Parts: sequence; structure tokens; C-alpha cells
Amino acid sequence: MRKESWKELTIGTINLDAGNSVKNLTGTWRSGKKPEFIEENCIQCFFCWLYCPHFAILVKDGEVVGINYDYCTGCGMCSVECPSKEKAIVMVKEEIELAEGSGK
Amino acid sequence: MKKVMMGNHALSFGGMLGRAQVIAAYPITPQTQVVELLSEMCADKTLDATFIKVESEHSAMAASIGASLAGARTFTATSAQGLALMHELLHWASGGRNPVVMGNINRAMAPGWSIWSDQNDSLSQRDTGWIQFYCSNNQEVLDTVIQAFKVSEKLMIPSMVILDAFTLSHTYEVVDLPDQKKVDEFLPPFRPEIKLTPDDPHAFGGLTSPEHYFELRYKLQKDMEKAPALIEKTGKEYEKMFGRYLGQVEEYRCDDADFIFITSGTVGSTARVAIDELREEGVKVGNLRIKVFRPFPFEKVRNIIKKAKKVAVVDRNISYGHHGIFYQEVKSAMFGHHNSLPIFGFIAGLGGRDVTPSTFREILGHVQKKDKSEEEIIWIGVKK
Repeated sequence: MRKESWKELTIGTINLDAGNSVKNLTGTWRSGKKPEFIEENCIQCFFCWLYCPHFAILVKDGEVVGINYDYCTGCGMCSVECPSKEKAIVMVKEEIELAEGSGK
Repeated sequence: MKKVMMGNHALSFGGMLGRAQVIAAYPITPQTQVVELLSEMCADKTLDATFIKVESEHSAMAASIGASLAGARTFTATSAQGLALMHELLHWASGGRNPVVMGNINRAMAPGWSIWSDQNDSLSQRDTGWIQFYCSNNQEVLDTVIQAFKVSEKLMIPSMVILDAFTLSHTYEVVDLPDQKKVDEFLPPFRPEIKLTPDDPHAFGGLTSPEHYFELRYKLQKDMEKAPALIEKTGKEYEKMFGRYLGQVEEYRCDDADFIFITSGTVGSTARVAIDELREEGVKVGNLRIKVFRPFPFEKVRNIIKKAKKVAVVDRNISYGHHGIFYQEVKSAMFGHHNSLPIFGFIAGLGGRDVTPSTFREILGHVQKKDKSEEEIIWIGVKK
């Protein structure tokens, strides 16, 4: 959708630019806490990957390798769901700073 | 080909001749035969369409919206409580600009539990952004469905084709079924510019910020405003091919009429009988039947009734705490144009109470005694 006149809007909320949420860096929503990945505790169960509402768990060659902070909102769900005896994801304090490219 | 059929089947045949591709529906009295026949047509391949059985009317409309988004011509039908259950999705269909065509059989809302006719079900959906057609005979039902597809798809606004419970839904009349080839010529396949397909992905129905929502609504209103001219044009095109004209209103002996009744649905055909009788007795009466309620045919109504001395609006519906709904609409059409024209409001036939020619005689009796419009509305035949 464009911002100009009503005449230029597509009808019925149709957004021609499909998949544009990739441009929306939800990492800017974090407010004071961020998850930290501890590789040696990870049992590769993929629970964090499954539960993350923002697809912010990084996977490489079939293994969880970390967090994508561009999209991680710091909700902490990954850490809560981590079933490992010694948690492989813990929430840590984060100094708030505006991420680059915040907004659109 | 002429066939004797009930109003419900006229809806089914309209869907068939219109080549509906998806039908998602849930049965409800008095609509059941509409989808029963369509499901049979799907089963025996008379109609090349997918019939989706759903668990509720809410789902019926949801499935219809999905099918329409994917570019399928979509038809469904419901009534009363079912229509009310669809309410949320009715907004979704018009807001999402999905040209679904739906039959609605006017049935009184419960409680008291009723299966008989009145218009409060469909008129409660007045502001959902659907075009509403009210029919008075089975031929008109069939012709309206075919034209509704054309109008809806052109404007990308859904349409409701509405008929009275039993008085029309279960009443058998002769219906001329147009030739399929000619219907195809009149109504080409539905080809939306943008549709839901993996080949060309777009996002539909997303979060819309205040920055855009206002303009989207303006756009819907602007397109709705194109409907009156388009309905007239489509009606004339249909008349040229099939000899029957639809249009927004039906005028009956209004030209020199002192009194004009304003009616809708089958009450409008009863009015014609009453008018013929009264004319025999020398009373100059006419009837204006409103066929298209949304968008409201302001100009047509104004031009036809302005010459009358008095106007009586007969409503088979009521907006509690206000007046009959057609009465409100007619008054608003005349406001600022013909403020001095006396217009009177009457409520008749709620919950399937019969409206007969004598109902019109009674109304005329009231109208003849009054000179000025008044706040009070009169309930015809209420037991005192």
C-alpha cells in the first residue's frame, strides 16, 4: 500500500508487497532483556525454534546456532521452553539502544 | 426453457447459470432447498463447482471469502439467525472486496422463535457494505442472481439477493431459465486483477493503520456510489438479451397517482393487486417497489414520489425506538428536496403475518385522514 491518495490504494487491504514484514526489524521492540545462547548446554531439541514467534532462532546446517537480534523481541519464550537441565538460552540484561534501521 | 419452481430453487438455478465455482453453505429453514439443490448439482456434475459443507454460517461466509479471494465465483445462501451469525464476516467480505453473491431468505429474528417472513434479518446487515436486492417473484430471483454476479464482480462488492420466507421461498411459479450460452455471453468468467495465489504472492487483510484505513473506507463508499448507474446499465443489457429488466425500483401506476405506496419484496406484488382494485373504484394510487436497498436509490425514489400528494411507506421490519427502516430511508431521501411532502410510516406483516390487499385499503384509510407527516407510526392489524 502506498501513502498517497485513496485512488492509489489497492482495494480491500491488499498488500502487493508480500512478505514485507522482513523489513520490520522487531528487534527494536526489546526493552532491557535479551536471550543469550549457550552452545554447550544445547541438546538440539529445536523447542526454541518451534516456539519463537518471530523466527529469530538462527539455524545453520540443521543445528541451532544462536539468536537473530534483528528480529528477537526479547519475549523470553525460548528460554522458558528450553528443556535442557542447564538452560541453553538464558535471559540477560541489555542496555537499550535504538537498533539501526529501526522503523521501516 | 420454462420450469415451475419454488423461489429457493430459482436461487439455485441462478447460481448454476451464473456458473458459481464454489458454494460454501450451511442449511437453515427456510433456505435449505437452495443449497440442497446446489449440492445435488455439484454431485451429479450439472454444475462444475466445489461444494463445501461447513459447521456454521460463520464458516460458510469465511470459506466463501477465501474462495472469492482465490478468484472463484462464489455463491452461498442463508437466512435470519444464520445471517446474524455471519455478521462479522459480512464486514470482512465487503471490506476485503470479495464479490460473493448470497441468497438470503427473509425470516423473522428470534425470539419468539419464528421461521416466517420479515426483513429485520437482512436490514440488520444494512451497514455491512453489501449491495442488497429485494425480490418479489421467482423469475426476478433468478434474473437478479445472474445480474448480481456481474455487478458485484465489476465493483468488487458483495451482493445479497433477498426473498421472503415461504411467500416466495416455498411458492412455486413459472420461471423462464435463460439459455446457458447466452448467460455465458452476458456474464464472462470472474477474473480478478489480484487474487490469492502462490504464483504471485500478496498479503490480504493485514493490519491497517489509521494512515490508510480511512481512505480504504472512502474507496468502498466511492465504488458503492457507482452501483446505481451500473445496476441500471446491467439491467438494460440483460433486458436486451433476455427481455426482462431489473433496475433499482419498480414503478406501478405512479404517473398520475395522488397516493403512492412504497414497498419491497412480495409486499410489493400484493400492492399491485390492491392498486388495481382501488383504481377500479376511482382512487388514484400507485406503488413504488424498492428493489435495491443498498445503495439506496435516492434519485429514483425522489423523482417518482415527488409528484404525489401523499406517500405511505409499508415496512415489514422495525427499528425499535425509531421507525420502519424503509420509512427512515425514504424520509432521508426527501429531506432538503421536498420537505413538505407528507410521508407516513406503517408496520405490517412482522413474523410472517399476512399482508393482503385489505392491508393496503386500511393504510389508505389512515393516509386519507391525515395531512401532515407525524412521528407516530401505525402498526396495521395489531390486536388491541
